[in-house]
Amino acid sequence: MSKPKVAFYWCASCGGCEETVVDLAEDILGVVEKVDIVLWPVAMDFKYKDVAALPDKSIFATLLNGAIRMSEQEELAVLLRRKSQYLIAYGACAQLGGIPALANQFSREQVLKFNYEDCPALANEAKTRPQAQFTEAGRTPHLSQLHHVVRTLDQVVDVDFYIPGCPPTPNLTKAAFEALLSGKLPPKGAVLAPDIALCDECERKATKPTDVAFTEFKRPHQGLWDSGKCFLAQGVVCMGPATRSGCGAACTSGNMPCTGCFGPTSRVRDQGAKMLSSLCSNVAAKDVAGIQQALAGIPDPVGTFYRYGLAKSLLRRRVDLPA
Amino acid sequence: MSAKKEELRIGFYVCHCGHNIASMVDCVAVARSVEKLPGVALARDYKYMCSDPGQVLIQQDIREHKLNRIVVASCSPLLHEHTFRGATEAGGLNPFYFHMVNIREHDSWVHTDRQEATEKAKALAEAAIRRVAHHKALEIKKVPIHPDVLVVGGGIAGIHAAMTLANAGKKVYLVEREPSIGGHMAKFDKTFPTLDCAACILTPKMSEVGSHPNITLWTYSDVTKVDGYVGNYTVQVKRKARYIIEDLCTGCQDCIPNCVFKEPKFTDDFNEGLGKRKPVYIPFPQATPQVVVIDPEVCLNFKRGKNPDGSPIVSDKCKKTCVEACGEKNAIDFTQKDELKEIKVGNIIVCTGFKTFDAGRVPAYGYGTYKNVYTSLEIERLVNASGPTGGEVILREGKNPDGSPKTPKSIGIIHCVGSRDKKTNIWCSRVCCMYSMKLAHLLKEHTDAELYNFYIDMRTPGKGYEEFYNKLLEEGTHFIRGRVGEVTDWAMTPEEEGKLVIRVEDTLAGVVRRIPVDMVVLATGLEPQADAGDVRRLFNMSCGGDGWFLERHPKLAPVNTFTDGVFLAGCCQGPKDIPDTVAQAGAAAAEAMVLIDRGYVEQEPNTAFILDQECSGCKSCIPLCPYTAILFDEERKKAYINEALCKGCGTCVGACPSSSIVQNLFEDSEIFSEIEGVLSYD
Ligand SMILES: Cc1cc2nc3c(=O)[nH]c(=O)nc-3n(C[C@H](O)[C@H](O)[C@H](O)COP(=O)(O)OP(=O)(O)OC[C@H]3O[C@@H](n4cnc5c(N)ncnc54)[C@H](O)[C@@H]3O)c2cc1C
Ligand code: SF4
Ligand code: SF4
Ligand code: SF4
Ligand code: SF4
Repeated sequence: MSKPKVAFYWCASCGGCEETVVDLAEDILGVVEKVDIVLWPVAMDFKYKDVAALPDKSIFATLLNGAIRMSEQEELAVLLRRKSQYLIAYGACAQLGGIPALANQFSREQVLKFNYEDCPALANEAKTRPQAQFTEAGRTPHLSQLHHVVRTLDQVVDVDFYIPGCPPTPNLTKAAFEALLSGKLPPKGAVLAPDIALCDECERKATKPTDVAFTEFKRPHQGLWDSGKCFLAQGVVCMGPATRSGCGAACTSGNMPCTGCFGPTSRVRDQGAKMLSSLCSNVAAKDVAGIQQALAGIPDPVGTFYRYGLAKSLLRRRVDLPA
Repeated sequence: MSAKKEELRIGFYVCHCGHNIASMVDCVAVARSVEKLPGVALARDYKYMCSDPGQVLIQQDIREHKLNRIVVASCSPLLHEHTFRGATEAGGLNPFYFHMVNIREHDSWVHTDRQEATEKAKALAEAAIRRVAHHKALEIKKVPIHPDVLVVGGGIAGIHAAMTLANAGKKVYLVEREPSIGGHMAKFDKTFPTLDCAACILTPKMSEVGSHPNITLWTYSDVTKVDGYVGNYTVQVKRKARYIIEDLCTGCQDCIPNCVFKEPKFTDDFNEGLGKRKPVYIPFPQATPQVVVIDPEVCLNFKRGKNPDGSPIVSDKCKKTCVEACGEKNAIDFTQKDELKEIKVGNIIVCTGFKTFDAGRVPAYGYGTYKNVYTSLEIERLVNASGPTGGEVILREGKNPDGSPKTPKSIGIIHCVGSRDKKTNIWCSRVCCMYSMKLAHLLKEHTDAELYNFYIDMRTPGKGYEEFYNKLLEEGTHFIRGRVGEVTDWAMTPEEEGKLVIRVEDTLAGVVRRIPVDMVVLATGLEPQADAGDVRRLFNMSCGGDGWFLERHPKLAPVNTFTDGVFLAGCCQGPKDIPDTVAQAGAAAAEAMVLIDRGYVEQEPNTAFILDQECSGCKSCIPLCPYTAILFDEERKKAYINEALCKGCGTCVGACPSSSIVQNLFEDSEIFSEIEGVLSYD
């Protein structure tokens, strides 16, 4: 019997997810040995037309990372979905929209204008913008276009499983491969990580008081934090309570608060709203002025509570933007 | 999960409520619209769903049409949820397979467009149809009731409630913060409208309380902590040191005359400061219990200042002639400390009464400036045969030529001081008109003075009260209608010289009048106790904006509070006279007995529970529960909810950042499908 075919693909992402696959180190060899890679743009040279030529469902599994932001990404997502038995959203961007989805606070025009005209680090006197097509030396290439909204993979095509993280850890990735290859799979739609919040595996948990009452909030760069004490007890927003565990509390053991990249537990529809409601209910002040003073320590609430989850949240996108 | 999912068969009923709903909502159209929704087996409209035939209809349909969910669109669930759950259960279904839609208060009563109101009813019905599909069978839990009762406050309300319960064989703890029970009533000489002697009717009840085998009376005590829930309260009571061993004191009062202070020289609060007492004293002759108190603030055997624990420092400097006098009874103990007691009770009746308005807050009436301006309570003591003057009404200021104290020849009583006034208290204190007339009568009896009552409106709505007013009119008391502008000693005519002048616009005569009098009595209104806020929190009650404790329903649950097992009686709930106070006290006792005799309380199953596997132990929920129902298991590092304490408020459910708390009847699936139902209707 031939080895199962596997594809890796990237959409709107930073490349970190690809790195994790590579980070499997010697374990990658075990994987490579058992599968046939049919597409992996970051590492190998394959052509889309080769993929298009494959029979439907002939790829055993595709791990797709990155959000869906460009027309080309949507096309590939649809193509890979058709060709694959299992389509796996790999990493926070594919699962939740990730950092790229923070752009859903702005219109496409605002994004283009900033990046091609107003950005201080830019040298674009002519204010040239990317074109859908242009002709040069007699050839007319077609370029991919920006969508109005950044979407998660499952907002575009049907997804079988999710591997969370920004990026997913090698351990989770390896476990996912093992599950796939052994056929011991959870029900469709599952996130392949524990369904309990991060505090469960955080070493600082015992130091969180039962009567935490926030008087002020500090951002991570605004202090030197006690490396043994719960961040929330120190007034630093830690998304741990609203975030799925499985990372091994990587950030909190590195003395950084959790930023929420593993997304919410299966029971939560909106990670940011959940964290907000928990945090705000525990603000000590009961009067408007006191509450505002405490919340002044969170100047960017969307970036704090929806850093990875905006596209997947109930909010999705600012409502007052053009379609 | 059962092997195969049972097919959904929803029965839908829309009630006309006579014309209440049908006049604004096309009930037939609602039924026809709901009929088409998935899962609906039948939809009917009916004139009165809550009537017996309406309920029977549900029961029959459940059997005949194999219904497994019921939705009724009618009035408020507050009114009839119980009724329809009952009908659902009688039809053979779990009562929680029922859901109610309010298309009366939320729809027909608040809309004026029949078309739109009908559309709204359809949308609300669709929400309920979608929701009810997610309902689960739930079980009503029974929690046993501890049979003992705590009564807080030993005024006439507390006394009556305690006696009623004790006579029915219930064990009662009566906690009073003063050294004696009796409350305000103990200060009165006579009571309106019958003018029967207050002491004659009150003191026998007080001593009965003191000796009743079923009553544990703790005076000079404060409730300091209340934990638990209906049927199972744990209460901590602080018994303040009175430096007397209660069990040994016989009440002979030999110590008092033998105190090193030969004359009483300390302010006597019971007599409203009109009399004096010694460091060792008994508040009034009929005090219950008959046990003296030593005031460490003034007793020479104590130093000024406090021990680190807050207790007074014994100096041992006094000759302690009181101890000598007490002799072998050995009842005096200067080393006594506050003592904390813990008791278990099932019900609590709060009877903490009122305080009177501070007359100094209306400077125009001169209380505190002019010595001959009195408060009503001072007059109650002054006319009292066992008061500081033995019932003789004498002025604070002014002497007769022979040097003897002066008796007033003219007296003005000003009604509504600190009542019915936006600047002070907006409410009517209900008893002031009546007690002002009582005092007018008594003062006339004692002094034969000319009496003037200044009133805004005369309020005499009790039994025999208007008759009492007529009697006063016959007695020749002057009634002048108008809010008094000021009381002044500034004489404008020779006959005003040396008098207090009451300036008032007589609104019946339409003239401004100046009436010179010797004595002014301010009919101060009733106010919530100064510590009402603390007491409210202690017993988890609510207050109205005015500060009086809030009853659960002004008409239908007047002695209940929003906390089950905590009841109210007397003036802590609002101003009232003694008859109403006693009636409430009896009602509160009866409410407590209902629970005690049933032996258990049923618990609404809308409680929250924590998914143990899923809880990360983040502790976010723990401080949020208003009923302290959430605890943290330190060993397992998980939170858990004491179901008996949970009131189903939902606070923690919303706040758990990983959604690991689920609330029965408010599960996410139920709420989201309900929202989708409203929104999907078009
Ligand atoms: C001047 C005046 C004259 C009146 N004359 C009449 C009359 O003639 N006829 C009539 O029907 N009504 C009269 N009233 C009304 C009458 O006083 C009340 O109806 C009655 O006293 C209400 O009783 P109660 O037990 O609710 O409150 P209270 O009499 O105020 O008793 C409350 C008791 O609770 C105690 N207490 C308070 N807080 C606590 C606490 N935290 N812990 C423990 N104990 C506490 C207090 O020390 C007190 O003993 C008069 C009122 C006034 C002001
Ligand atoms: S530091 Fe963050 S993850 Fe760790 S216990 Fe505190 S809130 Fe939870
Ligand atoms: S303390 Fe002693 S002397 Fe005083 S009243 Fe009690 S028993 Fe009598
Ligand atoms: S639902 Fe309300 S009462 Fe129940 S445990 Fe949660 S916070 Fe407490
Ligand atoms: S908030 Fe949720 S996860 Fe946190 S301790 Fe409470 S139940 Fe557990």
